[in-house]
Amino acid sequence: MATQASRSAARYMISPSVIMLFIWMAVPLGMVLYYSFRRYRLLNPERAGWVGWGNYSNFVFSGDFGGALVNTLILVLGVLIITVVLGILIAILIDQPLWGQGPVRILVISPFFIMPPVSALVWKNMFFNPTNGLFAALFDWLGFQPYDFLGQSPLTSIIMIVAWEWLPFATLILLTSLQSLDRDQLEAAEMDGAAPLARFWYIMLPHMSRAITVVILIQTIFLLGIFGEILVTTSGGPGTASTTLPFLIFKKALLDFDVGAAAAGGVIAVILANIVAIFLMKAIGKNLD
Amino acid sequence: MARAATPARKTVNTIAAWVVALIIFFPIFWTVMTSFKPEPVAVAFPPVWFDFPWSFENYQTVIQLRGYGQFFWNSVVIAFGSTILGMIIAIPAAWAMAFVHGPRTKDLLMWMLSTKMMPAAGVLVPIYLIGKALGLMDTRFLLTIVLMLMNLPIIVWMLYTYFREIPGEILEAARMDGASLANEIIYVLTPMAVPGIASTLLLNVIMAWNESFWTLNLTAFQAAPLTKFIAGFSSPQGLFYAKLSAASVMAFLPILILGWFSQKQLVRGLTFGAVK
Amino acid sequence: MKIFVRALLGASALSLVSFAASATDITVATVNNGDMIRMQGLMDDFYAKHPDIKVNWVTLEENALRQQVTTDIATGGGQFDVLTIGTYEVPIWAKQGWLVSLDNLPASYDINDLLPPIRAGLSYDGKLYASPFYGESSFVNYRTDLAEKAGVTIPEKPTWDDIKTAAAAMNDPDNGVYGICLRGKPGWGENTAFITTMANSYGARWFDMEWHPQFNTPEWKATLDDYLELLTKYGPPGASANGYNENLTLSLQGKCGIRIDATVSASSLLDPKQSEFADKVAFALAPDKGLGKRANWLWAWSLAIPKSSQKQDAAKTFIDWATNKDYLALVASKEGWANVPPGTRKSLYENPEYAKLPFARLTLESINSADPDHPTVQPVPYTGVQFVAIPEFQGIGTSVGQEFSAALAGQETADEALANAQKLTDEEMKAAGYY
Repeated sequence: MATQASRSAARYMISPSVIMLFIWMAVPLGMVLYYSFRRYRLLNPERAGWVGWGNYSNFVFSGDFGGALVNTLILVLGVLIITVVLGILIAILIDQPLWGQGPVRILVISPFFIMPPVSALVWKNMFFNPTNGLFAALFDWLGFQPYDFLGQSPLTSIIMIVAWEWLPFATLILLTSLQSLDRDQLEAAEMDGAAPLARFWYIMLPHMSRAITVVILIQTIFLLGIFGEILVTTSGGPGTASTTLPFLIFKKALLDFDVGAAAAGGVIAVILANIVAIFLMKAIGKNLD
Repeated sequence: MARAATPARKTVNTIAAWVVALIIFFPIFWTVMTSFKPEPVAVAFPPVWFDFPWSFENYQTVIQLRGYGQFFWNSVVIAFGSTILGMIIAIPAAWAMAFVHGPRTKDLLMWMLSTKMMPAAGVLVPIYLIGKALGLMDTRFLLTIVLMLMNLPIIVWMLYTYFREIPGEILEAARMDGASLANEIIYVLTPMAVPGIASTLLLNVIMAWNESFWTLNLTAFQAAPLTKFIAGFSSPQGLFYAKLSAASVMAFLPILILGWFSQKQLVRGLTFGAVK
Repeated sequence: MKIFVRALLGASALSLVSFAASATDITVATVNNGDMIRMQGLMDDFYAKHPDIKVNWVTLEENALRQQVTTDIATGGGQFDVLTIGTYEVPIWAKQGWLVSLDNLPASYDINDLLPPIRAGLSYDGKLYASPFYGESSFVNYRTDLAEKAGVTIPEKPTWDDIKTAAAAMNDPDNGVYGICLRGKPGWGENTAFITTMANSYGARWFDMEWHPQFNTPEWKATLDDYLELLTKYGPPGASANGYNENLTLSLQGKCGIRIDATVSASSLLDPKQSEFADKVAFALAPDKGLGKRANWLWAWSLAIPKSSQKQDAAKTFIDWATNKDYLALVASKEGWANVPPGTRKSLYENPEYAKLPFARLTLESINSADPDHPTVQPVPYTGVQFVAIPEFQGIGTSVGQEFSAALAGQETADEALANAQKLTDEEMKAAGYY
């Protein structure tokens, strides 16, 4: 169908996006690559110079790097699992006949509109706080000792916050996918005596596979960069218990003001993220065709 | 609704769904409640639910201290500006990708998405230096461009999945009738894609509204949006939960209301056209 | 095209005219502390005196402020005309030539009225580079009713043993009262600051004269052991996330028997609008260990002008207004003496009205006894009481603070925390080229 003319027209139409994105990517990346080989501390500008691979080796061999890598994976996987599983369950629930479907849907998607720093502040101060937070009140009411969420299980608490932020996104995509499912097919299965679990497993889940893929792909891109919630709640601690790779880079850049180390960290993060992306596309990319 | 639901089952469903919905919504509800409390009540333990002197005092204090109008307007300009600019650039690109399918389309899309993988903190100093060199620090223009570039990959991708749903025959028919390429996009394609475009627009406005790294670091006063407004309340001295809540409500309420009113369009947007 | 150009020229000429007629806008970056926010409410006075200057406020939480202001000044961004910074930044930034010296402020500013330790902390090479807005040290506040009930007295000059005994006696977690609240939140300005002052009183130091870190010394071990014992036995739950503000909130709610923190919070604690325990608060000096150094720090939030500012004269006018004696009198007349920004001027403490306040004398004594040049018993190569005034300290101090807070949360032992602190500081000092 595509003619020569339309092909060249297409090229013109794509090129603004591509060129702009290329500049947006290439110029900062070029500068970051340059800085990553230099000693560049914002507060000590006179001590600048080439350091070869020094920034990279300091970043990789610092005690925090391995833990940060693991924490990043836990955070991303934890949030993905919670949002996808709960998203499926809630989508199925809301898809059932019920009174007030509209309002219910509005309530469920609301967290998506809240700025991440606001939700982190609200959760930290009004829910997790072990002396005057709501969870402490709940525990107290039930007769338990208050639990210090951010001190004792920092990463889990952060996963909870982030999952709360992203659950609406997952639920909505899955819900829409579910609503497009052929009702006759489900009914036929029900007549044939298929148990609810079997109906879910053999009809609903395959139908939603594409939606699940979209959820995983989009969320992974965003979750790999999360550090704002960590900064607000735990500052990566206690110790480095909730330090992730993006937070480590943030720390190098804006707490240590070590531009060289942050640049090296950024380059490493880009490489790792692209490895994850390639892996992800190999694993689930065919669902997208 | 083809399935017949017994009233009992429907009741159970309703209760279950409302319980889940209210739990999910609860933090927002609590923030709104707290914003009406006097500061000492806001930290009272055990918490006070409804029995307190309700007042708008926190809102008054917050507005008096920090103002609101300029932050709000900057958020509106930056969020809508970056999204609309992004759409103008992305629509032709998405059209071309959807209808002139090349062998590399998917790679190109993936590459675009991968530009989002650079950790923001890692490129802060370079972007800062560029912004300074161009004399654009603390301008809405700089933020609009930066957020547009950040969201462009998502916009292209969403539009692409919509456009792909549109049958190519319709376009060919239009072409037979002698429509030019521009006319084809403006009169045939765009109307068909309006729902998709609307939802893409909405989703990206929300993302731009809530972006809180660049908006915080590239602005001082003139271009400061609501994220900066919030950053002034996050942990001042003394009791602050109620004022923080009031400021938070003021920051998220506009976008929450927009979201509620447009949720039908948004739902379509979130499905990325072809989830079905 | 011609018409367009002409229109453009016309428009810009017009805007020039209107610019000349309108006020000079200055952008002031400030921290969201109570005293700063009070100043924003008193701007009518400034505008009445200086109608030709308009102040744009950028009010941020401390860490966000520091990030943005540091990035801006180090890259010469020029977004701000007045910066709010502390005694840590001033000497470092002045040395880099990033700040405008303030030694030609008008005579009415009366530079000799500034408290000597504060003035010294904000000077570099004998020149003042930032004007103090308020100064603080740290001291003890406690609930008198609880002390009475528990049958303990806290002397005005307590030792750490006094504090431990009192905290143990006042601790009553079943009734929501905790013996002692200390900073546990990681950060060089949070737990690291407090623990460093405690270490000073225990005779420990950050670096020896060759800049080698000293966390492997018995003094540090004793400090951290006692700190952990105090907080794990008698502290509130979640102490590892409690910073200045969290502990102040707890104190206002009456949940802390004892708290050792900034002197500047005294006026909040005595304000019945903020706390129902306002009439049950008493103060004491920071504790010591019998070695001649108390665990009190020295800090001043101060206003400075970056070299990159284009409006230095207007900025100077504003700083003079915000930090001279008239401003203190203005606050006193509008909000009472208790709310005057403390800790900057001798004349304030000579004022009989102010001296009546229960915290005035102890605040002054605490500030005057803090010595940034000799923070601890042993000699040190650095200046700074609760910090080390080198650019690397922000990063190191925060990482070390993380180790301490991990120990407090029970994730590692005191020995592990100290070993890690020693290792990471050593690595960082090496990477920074100190040895």
